[in-house]
Amino acid sequence: MALSGLDIYKLLPKTNCKECGFPTCLAFAMKLSQKGVELSACPYVSDEAKAALEAASSPPIRLITIGTGENKIVVGNEVVLFRHEKTFYHEPGLVVRVADSWEPGKIAEVVSQVDSYVVERVGMKLTLNGIAVENVSGDATKFVQVVQLVKQKTALPLVLMSANAAAMDAALQIAGPDKPLVYAATPENWQAYADLAKKYACSLAITDSGDLSRLGSLAESVIKAGVADLVLDPGTRNLADSLASLTQLRRLALKKNLRLLGFPILALAGGDDSTLEEQTILATELIAKYAGIVVLGRFDPTGIYPLLAFRQNIYTDPQKPIQVSPGLYKFGEPGEQSPLLITTNFSLTYFTVAGEVEGSGVPSWLVIADSEGMSVLTAWAAGKFDAEKIAKSVKSAGMDDKLGHRKLVIPGYVATLSGEVEEELPGWQILVGPREAVDIPSYLKTVWKAA
Amino acid sequence: MPVTVELPKEKWNGKVREITLGATPAQGGTRTSTVTVGGETTLPFLHFEGSIPYRPAIAVEIQDVPPQDWSTTLLEAWDTAASDPVSWAKKAVELGADALAVKLRGTHPERQSRSAAEAAETVKAILGAVGVPLIVYGPEVAEKDNEVLVAVAEAAAGERLALGNCEDKNYRTIVAGALAHGHLVVAKTPIDVNLAKQLNILISDMGLPLDRVLMDPTTGALGYGIEYTYSVMERLRLAALMGDSMTQQPMICTVGEESWRQKESKVKDGVPSLWGDFAERGPLWEMATAMALLQSGADILVLRHPKTIKTMRETISKLMSS
Ligand code: SF4
Repeated sequence: MALSGLDIYKLLPKTNCKECGFPTCLAFAMKLSQKGVELSACPYVSDEAKAALEAASSPPIRLITIGTGENKIVVGNEVVLFRHEKTFYHEPGLVVRVADSWEPGKIAEVVSQVDSYVVERVGMKLTLNGIAVENVSGDATKFVQVVQLVKQKTALPLVLMSANAAAMDAALQIAGPDKPLVYAATPENWQAYADLAKKYACSLAITDSGDLSRLGSLAESVIKAGVADLVLDPGTRNLADSLASLTQLRRLALKKNLRLLGFPILALAGGDDSTLEEQTILATELIAKYAGIVVLGRFDPTGIYPLLAFRQNIYTDPQKPIQVSPGLYKFGEPGEQSPLLITTNFSLTYFTVAGEVEGSGVPSWLVIADSEGMSVLTAWAAGKFDAEKIAKSVKSAGMDDKLGHRKLVIPGYVATLSGEVEEELPGWQILVGPREAVDIPSYLKTVWKAA
Repeated sequence: MPVTVELPKEKWNGKVREITLGATPAQGGTRTSTVTVGGETTLPFLHFEGSIPYRPAIAVEIQDVPPQDWSTTLLEAWDTAASDPVSWAKKAVELGADALAVKLRGTHPERQSRSAAEAAETVKAILGAVGVPLIVYGPEVAEKDNEVLVAVAEAAAGERLALGNCEDKNYRTIVAGALAHGHLVVAKTPIDVNLAKQLNILISDMGLPLDRVLMDPTTGALGYGIEYTYSVMERLRLAALMGDSMTQQPMICTVGEESWRQKESKVKDGVPSLWGDFAERGPLWEMATAMALLQSGADILVLRHPKTIKTMRETISKLMSS
């Protein structure tokens, strides 16, 4: 939480010695609160004041990095409870769990599938973020073997899960340089796990069963032992308790400024005994409500895709409607007789339409009108996608010269505009296309051909 | 030193209105069960902070004529039940519908263009076959909506149906029908807090009590604008809890219709293999959409697939157990 100028003034020497270049300590404090000057400009600040000011300027939820290189997971630094208040900044890492008790063949296959999973939406490539290796066997040698195997198959970040400190130490000997997340310190074993996190300079997850006071005590012990980078697992596993504890943790960090629990949250979704539906539903809740890392109990592409799409939606900045540049887009090698379609520059609209036009295999022209980032219906209602705008966009794309025909396909949702567009574009025939992008391929192959 | 963490609780002074759909014989209708939603004094499922007296309800969408444009996944799941509205209604109730959302698509001028009288007959037949409350939608063409919904309102007088949709340019006749015959309305606005409030004001100015108005903030499906719906619902619910009377209507979300319109649910071939199994994909897309909107304050989910109905029933039970 940022301090006001007056709060800062109280921490200064109040001698008005002017060495900072300001006439008074108060003037300096005011400038500092606006971040217009560095604290170091005053040579007389006490260490105590320094610590207080630093704490106040550090984020309420610490930024944590797991893994290294381009695949690393970076979570934390969130500033709001509701995305409309600002935005959610760091997408939760979606991590798939494998158990060291599985057949090596199965482990290798799951890891390869997770590693190569990528779907494209709205021009972005959506991927999974890591592998959690669980020491179900309890055996150190086995754990190390499996960690080794996983490392061979992927460069994605790892979460190492073991209740056996010796097994964890052995695994960290080979995986430590990759900065995995160490899971987890408990009230019973925290000393050993804090030592391991320090020894290998890794982030440490702490967990307790549902009680946030006990989790706070555990955090305090571990922080005192010298571990700064924590991840919290409140230990709640069902839909209702998980929602409550994650909401409370987010509120404690943001509204109560509770540093002890100001860390990203890890939650487990699904295990061997839950169905794909249950896992998907719990993970949907966790993405919406405050998880930083979600460990998925099972990998199934059908259950992964909706989660990646939902995460992308929720972490879209609500202040910025996603737009594409207005203008002319080509699909295939369109010629004089190829169809010409028009839609708006809301990126979801664009990508949905573009995907279908491209998928149809019919070489086509697509004009994108500047609707200020609104979808067809919204833009139409707001007067940002009217006959005049449509005509202007077609003209400025130079379609008169590029086409041998004079036919324009407008979105089905603005069918009512067809007469007006014909008036604005004399000599053109206006065709009403489908309402939904999904029907474009069949439209181009049948209706357009016949037109 | 043990740490004591005081759990933060917000003090809300507002409350979502309680709304009951359906009327029993004692209340002037013929329903054997009614559905009450709303009444929340906290954000969704935060039982530690306030009261959530009623479970979010599940309304199952059925149509008066066999759907032409539905995904094969849905058509296969409903099979012959979907060939007539009465058998469809019975099957939906068997599967756990708290209410039915009856879409009178067959009255659409570009479909079968059925008459208002025929539509009213269909609604009567469904009322005769099942005991749950009904939400009835016209063809979503302004003129015809008025005609059809007024006929339905009259034919089902006293049943406390919910009639939809009332929109900003087309609400007067429907509200008047609801007023005259003891029904509720669904007020639908395009993903905007102020438009939602404004429509509630216009409707209540006509004399319809606000405990007879459900609010549909317009649903965007997962991957297709759900984030807009999600945030508008959060803002409406926060405003309701902070005491803004015109935002205190329970919210209804047409989850099934929106999620089953999308390519993910409809297209089997020629899509990336990583989208997964076609038969599972549509229901999961619908479930995830439903779950997201429960988290932002949905009081009634309108669903389509039998699996989604079952899973969301179980999910709601889990969310309600504290
Ligand atoms: S240098 Fe420090 S003590 Fe001197 S006036 Fe500036 S703020 Fe005050």
